[in-house]
Amino acid sequence: MMLGKFILGMSWMLPEQASTYAPEVDNLYLFLVGTTIFFTVLISAAILYFFVKFRRRSESEVPRPVAGSMVLETAWTVIPFFISIGMFAWGAKIYLDQYTIPNDAQDIYVVAKQWMWKFQHPEGQREINELHIPVGKKIRFVMATEDVIHSFYIPAFRIKEDVVPGPNRYSTVWAEATMTGTFHIFCAEYCGTSHSGMIGWVTVMDDKDYQAWLSGGAAQGSMAERGANLFQQFGCITCHKSDGSGQCPKLEGKYGTMETLQGGEKVLIDDSYIRESILSPLAKIVAGYQPIMPSFQGQASEEQLQMLIAYIKSIGPAAAAAPGAGGGSSKISPPGMNPAAQRPPIMSTGGASMIAPVGQPAQPVQAPPQSQK
Amino acid sequence: MSLIAVDPIEMGAPQVDGEPLSYLNDGHGLRSWLLTKDHKRIAILYLITVSTFFVIGGIFALLVRINLLSPNGVFDADTYNRLFTAHGIVMVFFFLVPAVPAILGNFLLPIMIGAKDLAFPKINLLSWYMYMLGATFGLIAIIAGGVDTGWTFYTPYSTSYSNSNVLLAGIGIFIVGFSSILTGLNFIVTTHTMRAPGMTWFRLPLFVWGQYATALVIMLATPVLAITVSLMALERIAHVGIFDPAMGGDPVLFQHMFWFYSHPAVYIMVLPAMGVVSELIANMSRKNVFGYKFVAMSSLAIAVFGFLVWGHHLFVSTQSVYLGLIFSFLSYAVAIPSAIKVFNWTATLYKGSISYDTPMLYGLGFIGLFLIGGMTGLYVAALGIDVHVTDTYFVIAHFHYVMVGGSLMGFLGGMHLWWGKMTGRQYPEYWARAAMVIQFVGFNLTFFPQFILGYLGMPRRYAAYPPEFQVLHVLSTAGASILGIGMLITIVYFIWSLKNGKRAPANPWGASGLEWRTSSPPPTENFYETPIVTWEAYEFAPIESMQVLGYPGDSSRSTQPVPKEHGTED
Amino acid sequence: MEQQREAGTLGMWWFLLTEIMFFGGMFLAYTIYRHLYFDAFAAGSNVLSIWWGAFNTAVLIASSLTMALAVYHAQMGNSKKIVFFLLFTVVLGLVFLRVKYIEYSDKFEEHVFPAGDFRWPLAEHPTAPSNVGQLLTMFIGIPPAGHTAEAPQQALPANIDTKYSDKSPYLGISGAIPEEVSKMGMAGHVRMYFWLYFVMTGFHALHMIIGIGILLVLAFQAWKGKFSKEYHSYIELTGLYWHFVDIVWIFLFPLLYLVDRHL
Repeated sequence: MMLGKFILGMSWMLPEQASTYAPEVDNLYLFLVGTTIFFTVLISAAILYFFVKFRRRSESEVPRPVAGSMVLETAWTVIPFFISIGMFAWGAKIYLDQYTIPNDAQDIYVVAKQWMWKFQHPEGQREINELHIPVGKKIRFVMATEDVIHSFYIPAFRIKEDVVPGPNRYSTVWAEATMTGTFHIFCAEYCGTSHSGMIGWVTVMDDKDYQAWLSGGAAQGSMAERGANLFQQFGCITCHKSDGSGQCPKLEGKYGTMETLQGGEKVLIDDSYIRESILSPLAKIVAGYQPIMPSFQGQASEEQLQMLIAYIKSIGPAAAAAPGAGGGSSKISPPGMNPAAQRPPIMSTGGASMIAPVGQPAQPVQAPPQSQK
Repeated sequence: MSLIAVDPIEMGAPQVDGEPLSYLNDGHGLRSWLLTKDHKRIAILYLITVSTFFVIGGIFALLVRINLLSPNGVFDADTYNRLFTAHGIVMVFFFLVPAVPAILGNFLLPIMIGAKDLAFPKINLLSWYMYMLGATFGLIAIIAGGVDTGWTFYTPYSTSYSNSNVLLAGIGIFIVGFSSILTGLNFIVTTHTMRAPGMTWFRLPLFVWGQYATALVIMLATPVLAITVSLMALERIAHVGIFDPAMGGDPVLFQHMFWFYSHPAVYIMVLPAMGVVSELIANMSRKNVFGYKFVAMSSLAIAVFGFLVWGHHLFVSTQSVYLGLIFSFLSYAVAIPSAIKVFNWTATLYKGSISYDTPMLYGLGFIGLFLIGGMTGLYVAALGIDVHVTDTYFVIAHFHYVMVGGSLMGFLGGMHLWWGKMTGRQYPEYWARAAMVIQFVGFNLTFFPQFILGYLGMPRRYAAYPPEFQVLHVLSTAGASILGIGMLITIVYFIWSLKNGKRAPANPWGASGLEWRTSSPPPTENFYETPIVTWEAYEFAPIESMQVLGYPGDSSRSTQPVPKEHGTED
Repeated sequence: MEQQREAGTLGMWWFLLTEIMFFGGMFLAYTIYRHLYFDAFAAGSNVLSIWWGAFNTAVLIASSLTMALAVYHAQMGNSKKIVFFLLFTVVLGLVFLRVKYIEYSDKFEEHVFPAGDFRWPLAEHPTAPSNVGQLLTMFIGIPPAGHTAEAPQQALPANIDTKYSDKSPYLGISGAIPEEVSKMGMAGHVRMYFWLYFVMTGFHALHMIIGIGILLVLAFQAWKGKFSKEYHSYIELTGLYWHFVDIVWIFLFPLLYLVDRHL
């Protein structure tokens, strides 16, 4: 197999195929390479043959004109058209596969900022520019940016997705690694001075090593646990009461369900909707409730938002119905009974200072744009 | 077939300094040039300024390539970011967009249709001054510290984060945009209203069709760039919020508006070059272009479809999956007219009388490189592959094959074909062939490794990169230096030939087309008498008539009338 | 001569096509954000004076008529009437700009000029005229005698008023723009509406000013007797341009002034 690859020259023209998606992309790529080489050789050979055969033999030579040919014109319009359609369909199929995120994927939360990648595992591990994932598991990357547009790119997985700023969306992309090893993470969208320094490594481990790695350094509680803390810190719990008696909708059992908005529109409660509701609460009001929630823009950091989402997800219907769906969720205790919720949260890298006490006016603690740096 | 006598002396043209009166010596001094309304002189003004920007952009390109010799970069990241941005802005806005239309189009379009000038000569001059004004802003932006956003100016980086001269560059691009709008306006109106008697639409040279299609795109796309750049500038000055998510705006809207211009802009760059190539292939093989109407109409088809595919730059930008599918499909649709052109050019060679002179070499060089550039377009239009290769060197290589391999080859081929017509002097053939071959080799060595780099995952706009990519980068830089030497040779012999070149006859190639039926260089009025067109496009006169028309032949190669064994049967 | 005229007309139509594309970019942004933030756009729109907007619409339609008459008399070769109607058109154009000036200054005073001291919701709604008499007095520069009682209440529909009162910590704070004022929510979106209002009407007014300049030159040339039955294509071309600028306003008026208004 390796020999075959070497003879075909693929080892220098293809990066490692480290995800289930990679061979699909490479197969289409090699099909295109073959097709285009065929046509390039065909046309070049025709040109070179004419170039020699019909070279000018005398400066006063004037050849007879040749009339056009409807048959030929039709042929070289229709044939490329059908070949193109085939390429389009194949490419589209791969793309749709990539954009249909499987339900059983486990989440890794990603925050991009100038110029680093920050990762959070549901189990609580946090990494910068380093990412550890298990082999053979479907991983969904839920991504937000703190500043400009970045693009999350792992060549060995053949995945790439822009991370676009904005209150109402997460960028998501998924992959399933098929081999252990260490592969590049790049930022593929130009993001300023150290764009080329915004790189990292993804380490794919087999499941045993991954579990060992997970248990290595997670003293701070899982994301959901920390989210539960934040839920109290930010005072969310005073309105979003778990018995439904508050002024705001109760959040238990809501994640992944459909909600009716004012005006009758329906919306799926997913990560993006929760994020939008925290940052831009007035945008989509649940039917029957008053628009009284303040925005937490500038108060909750991107990572804290992801913890809150992980918490709301952990109290969703999936957690109750099917423990074990998703790698981390099985370990999450039911809300309210979690002893960790009483602990003050321990935040790394400036997180703690971003929590404004409840009731205090909003402080513009968010770092100013760096245009004056 | 009606002939137009072209010997200016015979026609009783006055003489200036022992030479017949032509547009070049009809008026002396700087004033007569800077206030000229003659389209040919304006073309020369454009030639000087646009070529200067080409050299500047080329120097930036070499600096970029030098930086990439080492995985850690030679310059610091800030400098590198400014270098590639300057390279992009200068090459796209100040060289590629104006190159073929403003130089060759300005000079040739009126002559080719048998007109005395463009429809609006004053507006034509105004467009050059706007170009100069915009270019000045662009230069100031670059000299006074540079711009570090990339030529695409993506928000919110360009509006809220970059602390470089984004505004100055934006103003420059805005003004240059209006310069091309004025040129486009002139071309459209001239083609409609000023064709000589008998010059019907389907007798127009394909160069004119190319310019006409380009002008359509310029007129409809450039104003969108103007308003996009204006909104971006407003956003930067006053935080309008239209592109800023912090205020409810959407940065992806900027990308849509930017590419609504910038994708058609690719066709602004390559369509006129395709027009040139039709002339090169036909005239240098003395054959009518195979499937003339298909080639002409494919230009229009490209112009129309070119407007519908901008979203293929946004496959990974979180735009809707369905939009992605539509744009991918339409991108394949736009590949068809390009394919039609290539097939027809190839078929044109069949049973032709193919000259090995430089313009033909450039014509074939164009086909070869555009073939690769166009075919790799099929890769990036495929959604699944684009996710992997977008924003990598694969895309860099793809659009350099289209723009350098396509537009630049076409432009240089046209310059060689019409150099004698424009200046009255021929370039040295030997050096030109050598330079062309050097450029072709250098070009491929520069950009072919970048396809491989890109598929291996090397992202674009990286000042430093992982060491495993170094070998390919070094190859690429080596190619760039060869390409640079080739360009340098061309520039040197063009300048050299102005004084020392052989005098160009009226029709050095034995070519067809109205521009060959007037003297080299043409008189200010273009023709000594208004031409009346009674022949089809690319209908080559018998050799005796050509000689009357100023074709010298070449006694050194062959004087024998040729047994036309391959030209007689159809 | 005929070829020149044909060329000029064709050129002008193509030029207007590029103008459509230019304004089209702004209309696109308007359409998207109006769809996304309809309530904010409705609230912002209700701050504008429908009276001034309607008045200006009438003025511009009248100016299109006088421009058409100028072209008609140019075709007839009637120099004096050309001058008269061109100047008439200029006067109507100036009336339009004067009204636009009044409207702009109102917006400054109401603190809804987005680059200035932007405040939202409005503290009061002082200057909107509500009848023709007030229009005329304001037009000649007499400040309004005091604001009408019902105007501010009308300006913000009840549902919007309660929905976006100062319950959110980010609304209604004046001062530094933009980070504190309009981080999110209503105020920021209203501010975006006013940006679009100023940018779109500003570009339109710029086109008016250029048009008035051209009209003045043409009037002077007509007065000198430069135009005749045979030679008047510049007047025709300027007419095309002037009508185009009017039509842009015909679109701007409902889009900017009449969002969710019920008369």
